[in-house]
Amino acid sequence: MNKPTTRKRYWNEPTMGLWERIYILEVIRGLWITGSVFFGNLGKWMTGRKGALTTYYPEEMRSDYSPNNRGRHVLTQRPNGEVQCVSCNMCATVCPAYCIEILSKADFADPAHPKAPERFEIDYSRCIFCGYCVEACPEDAIRMVKDVPNLPGFDRTRMWGRIDLLKLWHPLTDPRKRYPAPPTGPSEPSERHR
Amino acid sequence: MITDIVVHGLFMLFAISFMMGLATVFTWVERKQSALMSDRIGANRCYIRVPFTNVKFVAWGLFHGIADGGKLLLKENFTPHTYDRLCYNLGPWLAAVPVLLLFTVIPFGGTLRIGDSSYPMQVAQLDAGVLFVLAVSGIGIIGIMLAGWSSNNKFSLLGAARASSQMISYEVAMGLALLTMVVTCGTLDLGAMVRWQSQLIGGVLPAWGIFVQPFAFLLFMTACIAENKRIPFDLPECESELVAGFFTEYTSMKMGLFMLSEFIAIVVVSALVVTLFLGGYNLPWMTDAGFAFPGGATWNMPQWAVVVLQVATFSVKTFLVGCFMIQIRWTLPRFRYDQLMAFGWKFLLPLAAINLTATVIIRWLAL
Repeated sequence: MNKPTTRKRYWNEPTMGLWERIYILEVIRGLWITGSVFFGNLGKWMTGRKGALTTYYPEEMRSDYSPNNRGRHVLTQRPNGEVQCVSCNMCATVCPAYCIEILSKADFADPAHPKAPERFEIDYSRCIFCGYCVEACPEDAIRMVKDVPNLPGFDRTRMWGRIDLLKLWHPLTDPRKRYPAPPTGPSEPSERHR
Repeated sequence: MITDIVVHGLFMLFAISFMMGLATVFTWVERKQSALMSDRIGANRCYIRVPFTNVKFVAWGLFHGIADGGKLLLKENFTPHTYDRLCYNLGPWLAAVPVLLLFTVIPFGGTLRIGDSSYPMQVAQLDAGVLFVLAVSGIGIIGIMLAGWSSNNKFSLLGAARASSQMISYEVAMGLALLTMVVTCGTLDLGAMVRWQSQLIGGVLPAWGIFVQPFAFLLFMTACIAENKRIPFDLPECESELVAGFFTEYTSMKMGLFMLSEFIAIVVVSALVVTLFLGGYNLPWMTDAGFAFPGGATWNMPQWAVVVLQVATFSVKTFLVGCFMIQIRWTLPRFRYDQLMAFGWKFLLPLAAINLTATVIIRWLAL
């Protein structure tokens, strides 16, 4: 013989007054709330204002990124515009997402820097922005700046940060880590460092 | 003779394109309305590009419905290997066709006069239109039960069981609410019911069903949303418990047919509500000849203008009622299953019966 089951009573069970028990009044109240939000946003949208809290991402970006945000890699450059990277592959080794690809080239005419990257590419569809590459770099050649790569696409192959993107950085304008001023003398200073 | 065929063919074409088009629009409305309601932007990525140029028409995301349809058509038609082949393939059709059939008796305009002959703007002018509505809307359950039972899956079976019990329960309340309007108007013909609603109460207020029978309107609206299996009553396909309910095992366009029939059901049910309770294709004080305002002033319009205005009125009313249903769907939380059954049998049904009894007594005394 089964005992009749009774529903468990919880300590925080909501109590319903007469207003809630009639139900239709609460339905009308809920419809009033959603309807007022709907028509408010519709009015904003029709008068050209923004009726949403979300952003229309690739076209518009949030303005409130944190000052500590480190969202994009840059390659620091020597005064003559060459990247400082010696393509030692340490960042590619330490990268937990395996998203850095480096192709080296040799330049024996410059005995101080015989090895340099021909291609330095970061797959932003896989990068987790951990910053280990910055930590591992022995030459201070890769840094992260307050920016986002902004490479959304329908295709993974278009989400690679290539060397021209990674070089988009003006070393002298970074107030935090100032790059040493270009030496005066035989080496001609590049256009972009003035 | 030729004119008859052409006119009726046009009516059928209008009915089908009206349902399909408005159903596609409602998929967009559902996305956009819910987005605006919750401070989001909503679907806005699909575009049609002018060939060989970079000009893109986004149209506020209107093309997402077309993209969905194309995607569903091109998907792999994956089927489980333990299913009843005949019933499984029959299910979507039996669910979708009755919904399309329902629209045949709904008048979407007044009378179209071409030369000597006049055509009521209705695909099939049945004297027993209300009975046809009740009968055909009941057939849809068979498709759902077949779909759930034949796909050999517990989720589907549970969903189908819930769907059939829910639809049968709410059909009773819906039928009683319909009967109230039948008693009030004294006819089973939907066209005649619309004409009855174009008269005036006290010379000012149009005798729309919502003013004559407000209770029946509320009951009918509730029962209709339950019939549609939309959110406050979406027990048959609740994602949190049964994966997708009775169409869990369906893929590609078979699943799309279920979804499409759901949206067409919104259109048809809105059209029914408009026809029965909101004066059908008529604006207030509108007749087949033009407008007859309460003060005695009249404004005669040419026949074509009246017909165009009536069809436009009907479409806009249907659209607005559908938007209201979507608003309800994005506002209310869901019922528990026992609450659903209790609401249907212990609350809606007695109210509908009381309403019907009171209407009958008043009508009997008035005769």
